[in-house]
Amino acid sequence: MKRQKGRFGEYGGQYVPETLMGALGELEDAYNTFRDDAGFKDELDTYLREYAGRPSRLYFAENMTRELGGARVYLKREDLNHTGSHKLNNVLGQALLARRMGKTRVIAETGAGQHGVAAATVAALLGMECEIFMGREDTRRQALNVYRMKMLGAGVREVCSGTMTLKDAVNETMREWTRRVSDTHYILGSVMGPHPFPTMVRDFQSVIGREAREQILEREGRLPAAVIACVGGGSNAIGAFYNFIGDVDVRLIGCEAAGRGLDTSEHAATIARGRVGVFHGMKSYFCQDGAGQIAPVYSISAGLDYPGIGPEHSHLHDVGRAEYVPVTDDEAVDAFYWLSRVEGIIPAIESAHAVAYARRLAGGLGTGENIIICLSGRGDKDVAAIARYMGEDIHDE
Amino acid sequence: MSKISDAFRGKKAFVAYIMAGDPSLEKTREYVIALQRAGADVIELGIPFSDPIAEGETIQAANLRAFASGTDIEGIFDMVSSLKGEIGVPLLFMTYLNPVFSYGYGAFFKRCAECGISGVIIPDLPFDESGEVTGYTAANGIELISLIAPTSRERIAHIAKQAEGFVYLVSSLGVTGARSEITTDIAALVASVREHTDIPIAVGFGVHSPQQVARIWESADGVIVGSAIVSVIVERGDAAGPFIGEYVRALTAAKRLQTK
Repeated sequence: MKRQKGRFGEYGGQYVPETLMGALGELEDAYNTFRDDAGFKDELDTYLREYAGRPSRLYFAENMTRELGGARVYLKREDLNHTGSHKLNNVLGQALLARRMGKTRVIAETGAGQHGVAAATVAALLGMECEIFMGREDTRRQALNVYRMKMLGAGVREVCSGTMTLKDAVNETMREWTRRVSDTHYILGSVMGPHPFPTMVRDFQSVIGREAREQILEREGRLPAAVIACVGGGSNAIGAFYNFIGDVDVRLIGCEAAGRGLDTSEHAATIARGRVGVFHGMKSYFCQDGAGQIAPVYSISAGLDYPGIGPEHSHLHDVGRAEYVPVTDDEAVDAFYWLSRVEGIIPAIESAHAVAYARRLAGGLGTGENIIICLSGRGDKDVAAIARYMGEDIHDE
Repeated sequence: MSKISDAFRGKKAFVAYIMAGDPSLEKTREYVIALQRAGADVIELGIPFSDPIAEGETIQAANLRAFASGTDIEGIFDMVSSLKGEIGVPLLFMTYLNPVFSYGYGAFFKRCAECGISGVIIPDLPFDESGEVTGYTAANGIELISLIAPTSRERIAHIAKQAEGFVYLVSSLGVTGARSEITTDIAALVASVREHTDIPIAVGFGVHSPQQVARIWESADGVIVGSAIVSVIVERGDAAGPFIGEYVRALTAAKRLQTK
């Protein structure tokens, strides 16, 4: 009987070239060894607390709540982590694991640059060599983050193949991993790719929901009506959802990038418009054409501009435990400005997708209820791109 | 008996790869005939994919040219069908899994059999996941070629024991494409596979010179050349036919040993 590893229903698996299978096996063994190891857990907890600044706050957004006139709105402030997003949770876990595996070099893909910055940061901290692969289109959209990564000592490789965005950065990072697998660990940035990444990354990100669940019970004495997060690959979403999956009355809502609209070809709404396929090491939903060619996708948000979604999300969708809703560029930009002005919090354009949906949802809920929005990152990186979207050039490049 | 394994019988074999539709399906048809005439024993035809993660730049570019010429899977099936009677050597498809999944496994492998395809190589379908298609390949008499890499180690026994057609031994780490030298100890790797199977072992990835071919033939049953042939097509375009033949004859000039 062959192994069927890392499955969420029919999704997941290990669809990668044979050259990588040995490394995935090693990684799985190491993860299984260390995930319950007291020394490893203590080391990770210490870095999460002292370096990342966890636990992140669950902030009661009073002004938002008042404006929306329904459920009490809470923001899980992953934007306040060191490096400005939830990505650090996963990077710390994987880099510490890689170090224990004897790896001296880490590589990573990045879209918006948040994961790349987190990886470059932790590589600097742990004294590891680091190379980040980023689509050329994204290096243009996120020039500030490119410079941050370089300041941190990482090499940044511009990827000029395909659509020159996150998908192509993943392709190139996988190719690089097959070239140099013995001393190198690939810090995959989302709950995607081949097993064990979707499980391991989810475990490292589940600190978000674990904290949020405790915090909301302490503050409100009841569970939220909904937990809302943006979804590209889906790591902040699964991290926020995971500890609520057993709480069947809590709606879990993932917000996909609908770009210029679902009726156009310019979106990245995988659940809404994709179908099942096999790509980037996993069986899951993908935006693709009728012949199984992966579709060029689009979102204003580089972090959501990805044609697939993590396999656990596909499963949660199929079994009806989570809902996935489309949010357009326009709605996200509007929410970006709105949150900035109402609460004095500039969200990442990715996270603004979740804020946008919460605006639709909150008013229809009772004032005794509450909702949690995972504010996965801060928006400083997006200021220049939003200005461009509004037709202004503030010379970021 | 396997048509693919038979192609290795009593000689050192040469396996050639080209991308279907690069620069056009009409030309691919001509080049397949040229390859057979030049002495190729097995011919692999790439099916273009949007995101070929196991390929280096040469074959990535071939994928793009195939798309640019409007190549689709039905066109490839039709072209292969049209070769019946002209091609005696086994033909294989080299394809990523998603186009096959999207076509439907049952329908895809049935069409393969109808067109005269003998086997498939699917680089993103490792042994552990091969159960995904083996019911369909077996039912249609299509052999699923297994890959073994320098990093396979304890996986070698499992993979080799179930391998069919031939074992595709990946010479080096990394993606496809010419390398100035292959540093892996090929003979040792071949021996470690040979312990577990009697089917032919062919070595590919990075092979582009007659010296490399001769060297690989010292230990392996066959050699696989892809990117280097594709480079000849890039250079010569529509007129590549004779040049491909010339190149393959030069690569195999080291004389095929008549006994194993």
